[in-house]
Amino acid sequence: MVDVLERPGQVEEHGHEEHHGPTGLLKWLTSTDHKVIGLSYTITSVIMLVIGGAFAEIVRAQLTSPNGHVVSLAQYNELFTMHGSVMIYLFAGPFAFGALANFIVPIQIGAPDMAFPRLNALSYWLYLTGSITMLSGFFVAGGAANFGWVAYAPLSNSANTPGAGADLWIGALLLTGFSAIFTGVNLCATIFYLRAPGMTMFRMPIFTWNLLITAILILLAFPVLTAGLIMLYCDRHFGTHIYSVVGGGVPVLWQHIFWFWGHPEVYILAIPFFGMVTEIIAVFSRRPVFGYKGMIFATISIGALSLGVWAHHMFTTGVVLLPFFSIMSLLIAVPTGIKFFNWIGTMWRGQVWFSTAMLMALGFLATFLIGGLTGIYLASPPLDFFTHDTYFVVAHFHSVVMALVLAGFGGLYYWGPKITGYMLNEPLGKIQFWFLFIGTQVLTLPQYLLGLDGMPRRVAIYPNSPQWKTLNVWSSVGAVMIGVSTIIFVVNLVYSWKRYPAGDNPWDGQTLEWFTTSPPPHHNFYRLPQIRSERPTWDYNHPEHRSLAHGHHEEPVHEEVPVA
Amino acid sequence: MEKPTLPPQGVTTPSHRRRRVWGVVALPLAALALAGCTVPSFGAKAGPTETSRSTYHLWQGFSIGAAIVGALVIVLILWAVVRYRRRSDEIPPQSQYHLPMEWTYTIVPILIVFGLFAATIVVENQVVANPKTDVTINVNAFQWGWKFTYPGTDAFVVGQTTQNPTMVMPVDTNVHINLTSTDVIHGFYVRAFNFSRYALPGIKNQFTFHAVATGTFDGQCTQICGLYHSLMFFRIQVVTPAKYQSWLASFTDAAAARAAAKATGQQTSSVVPSKSTSSHGAQ
Repeated sequence: MVDVLERPGQVEEHGHEEHHGPTGLLKWLTSTDHKVIGLSYTITSVIMLVIGGAFAEIVRAQLTSPNGHVVSLAQYNELFTMHGSVMIYLFAGPFAFGALANFIVPIQIGAPDMAFPRLNALSYWLYLTGSITMLSGFFVAGGAANFGWVAYAPLSNSANTPGAGADLWIGALLLTGFSAIFTGVNLCATIFYLRAPGMTMFRMPIFTWNLLITAILILLAFPVLTAGLIMLYCDRHFGTHIYSVVGGGVPVLWQHIFWFWGHPEVYILAIPFFGMVTEIIAVFSRRPVFGYKGMIFATISIGALSLGVWAHHMFTTGVVLLPFFSIMSLLIAVPTGIKFFNWIGTMWRGQVWFSTAMLMALGFLATFLIGGLTGIYLASPPLDFFTHDTYFVVAHFHSVVMALVLAGFGGLYYWGPKITGYMLNEPLGKIQFWFLFIGTQVLTLPQYLLGLDGMPRRVAIYPNSPQWKTLNVWSSVGAVMIGVSTIIFVVNLVYSWKRYPAGDNPWDGQTLEWFTTSPPPHHNFYRLPQIRSERPTWDYNHPEHRSLAHGHHEEPVHEEVPVA
Repeated sequence: MEKPTLPPQGVTTPSHRRRRVWGVVALPLAALALAGCTVPSFGAKAGPTETSRSTYHLWQGFSIGAAIVGALVIVLILWAVVRYRRRSDEIPPQSQYHLPMEWTYTIVPILIVFGLFAATIVVENQVVANPKTDVTINVNAFQWGWKFTYPGTDAFVVGQTTQNPTMVMPVDTNVHINLTSTDVIHGFYVRAFNFSRYALPGIKNQFTFHAVATGTFDGQCTQICGLYHSLMFFRIQVVTPAKYQSWLASFTDAAAARAAAKATGQQTSSVVPSKSTSSHGAQ
């Protein structure tokens, strides 16, 4: 029985017969290697996290007093718009499907690279260009875009928001949108066509499965946004009246188009992080994913439902069919619940190892639970009327996205050794975790109370009430703690630089990426194990501990023949 | 300010009957929610209108469900990480799948969701209903203020930013609101009414308030609408029908005075109390 497939004519002993291409800056500029591009994405998107976080700190500083004078009203509008835009368009999405997916997915399915390496490079360069385009809004007359990250028409038209900042914002979204679409194409093609022998669809790791669903959602949703943005640009500059009442247009059309992209986008952001958490929990509990297939069907149903819930952002417009969008939105709780019980089932009877990555995943569970439960309220139109556009909503989606940030850092601690070949410092990582986790709750819990007490979102000043001030100060304290946690992460990166060599499989990983070297060689694998389950590396390392479905009993692997 | 006028206890009004129907639909949640006074508020308030109260009960029902589900999940997570924390390098059982359990945690949430949906529908139908109207008020939002006009009367109130224009409405009456916007989208949000609705350009949004208690309540624009979004305040003053009528009459008197002045050719615009910049409420 062959346990390992070796690449013909190219074995490890040939000396790292690496790609003799350019090195240094030229390598970074010209590379089509998914690992180099993935690393570029990772670094760029983490820089965007820091920039978007800095905007958030200024916003929170402004809100520490009812009549804050940290920034002007106009600057405040620019800052929260750019905070949201940078975090959603330039950090969360690209980090999820550009950074870790780019690096990990081909290795998890035993592929040598993405299906279209040059298209992959184009995706990255479009993303970088788009990011610079959006941020350059701060340097033009009139400042950056200031209509919120959702750019509702008619506030976003040329009469209400003149100036180049808004146009740069639209241009940036077109660029990053195409970047996302190309990545979506690339992920689909890679996952469908470049799987290693034996890697059937139902043996793919959950992370790869989730990225496949994400990629399909990207292909369905992003073109709609792109079309909507082009129409917005035409309204601003070419005299069309698609979103303006004056010429017979319909402002609400923008909301339909935006949220038809925007709600799948929420899951485009979330599903990759669900995948990261699933992998982390399985590895650090030393168990198979409890309901592997149930998990996949849950992800598919989340993806499918997410295409039919966009108007729950529009309940208060009064022009959408409330019950349909309400039940569709409520139903998303079911597959999300299935995921939660699967995560718990995976830990159940395991050996839960509290590494930094696992702590981050557990922090994700707790934070996402809060964000998920408060989301159920918002799926009910009467309760949405009550809380819409108040800080309750702000708190809800910050619970959700901060859960994703926790998961993302978990992903970095988990896969960092594979990407760089070196571990990060664990005690520093745990300190970072506690700052991030507690900071998130201190940030959001006062915001829930503020929202219930009627504080609207996107206000630079608020009525002078001691209670609101206290709650806002606490929320800002949480924001500072999150900022500190990010600094600790940077310190950890510097401190751990090439300090702790990782080895190929530091966590006793289960999936294919842990079978190759850290970092993987050019084209990823010199040899592959036999793939007979969703855990080929585990099966190879622990042949006597294969996973068993409920009701089945361990069959002896090595039967000893008694000597007569 | 006078005491809130509440309907007498134990009397079956149509709204009570509606609530009883809801109780049959979504049994456990509604049963708890109906006993509103003994159930925690979970941070919300009942408010002075019929719909604010049913929204509040729905809030309580959802909160009870969320608390139970949340507590269950947290306990399971804590149990898993404490009981099954790593104690050795031994490889734990590699069991996977348990179909009965998987079906359970699929079906039970579906049932909960349909329970929540049923409760939602009952309250939603009440909130968006447009029953027979006694009073109509046209609300117009603009950058950055509000204009309240009362069709068929001379009354109107308009004010910008912190001038706090006040919409006066009678208690125990179906007040029909026509909400529009002249420029961008604004959010007509009254915290105490547990209610908000967008003011959209080109679309007339209609809904009904039925206050059951008097008082003055703060409102504010919730949808980002440009530079002074933070300052787009207004107030709603709920008064007795008698006070409402005398408030309306004050405008008629003023208009009559204006007409009389015009007839005699005098310039009296400075004499007549102008509502155009005041936060004038019922005195």
